[in-house]
Amino acid sequence: MKSIRNSKKAQPAISTAALPDIVFILLFFFMTVTTIKSETLLVDNNLPQANQVKKLEKKDRVIEIYVGRPNQDLAKVLGSEPRIQLNNKIAHINEVGPYVLQELAQKPDAIRNLVTVSLKIDKEVNVGVVSDIKEELRKVNLLKVNYTVFQGNSQVGKL
Amino acid sequence: MPRRKGAPEVNAGSMADIAFLLLIFFLVTTTIETDAGLDRMLPPIEPPEEDVIIKQKNIFTVNINKNGQLLVEDELMDLKNLRSAATAFLENNADGSCNYCKGRRDAASSDNPTKAIISLKNDRETKYSTYITVQNELVGAYNDLRNREAQRLYNQDFTKMEAEYLNPETPSAIRDDLKDKVKRIQDMFPQKLSEAETSTN
Repeated sequence: MKSIRNSKKAQPAISTAALPDIVFILLFFFMTVTTIKSETLLVDNNLPQANQVKKLEKKDRVIEIYVGRPNQDLAKVLGSEPRIQLNNKIAHINEVGPYVLQELAQKPDAIRNLVTVSLKIDKEVNVGVVSDIKEELRKVNLLKVNYTVFQGNSQVGKL
Repeated sequence: MPRRKGAPEVNAGSMADIAFLLLIFFLVTTTIETDAGLDRMLPPIEPPEEDVIIKQKNIFTVNINKNGQLLVEDELMDLKNLRSAATAFLENNADGSCNYCKGRRDAASSDNPTKAIISLKNDRETKYSTYITVQNELVGAYNDLRNREAQRLYNQDFTKMEAEYLNPETPSAIRDDLKDKVKRIQDMFPQKLSEAETSTN
């Protein structure tokens, strides 16, 4: 104590009292900006890989449809046939059209014709289900689709 | 010793640590993910008013069976040869109207890139991963050709130009410039990838 007082005469310590505030501001920024995945996946969703991809830039212009086998907890009830998940619940193929239209109605007018349907489909699913979904989407005239994949090397050699 | 006046001050020094801990937790757990995938336009449900007659030689048929085997133009083909076969078909240039094509000008294959159509058909029991891989290869064939032309004309890859054009953060001056370039390359090799049931007669 004595030596400090002697060496640095009356130099006040830098106040770090505002540091928590700064960090909290950062914290709130991240909490608000990042979106925690709102949907809990009820189906297995192991996407295939491809490399000729385009990014889906804006989240608000995307409607997501998941397809896959029910996950372990639900497999006892639902069996192992691939199921469609729309917004937190398992749905029938007939519900795809109304669901998509309902989602579309919630979007602002300006972006309504820019909406893309992101199809998140498990690798193991058969294409039949996918064609059924595409048929439903055609019926409601939503033609922009995106086969969402993991970015990576394509699986040419492995098939 | 005299007693201090008032309550002792709470030490707020570790508050920053707690906040940092929370901050790091959120940084690690949340992912700002942008999904990526293969964009495709579905055909409208209303049939076109008049039937468009397309010559058989302008259609490149790809069939996938339920075992993931490919039948390309009525011949069994390995997946790794698909991209080069599709590329050769697209730039075949039988009628000679495409001056940037380097194709073989085989009379039995496509007339020019604007007429060339790739038709993809699949079995209902095809695995989705196979389907995507095939789609990826076909899109890759288009991208290869487009990249080649973009390199020749503008010294950069088409895929890069397009990504920059679609990125909302690109300044609008650059985007306007890119728009014409991207459009020009797209018109050179228009992506005609049909997934609809095309009748054979």
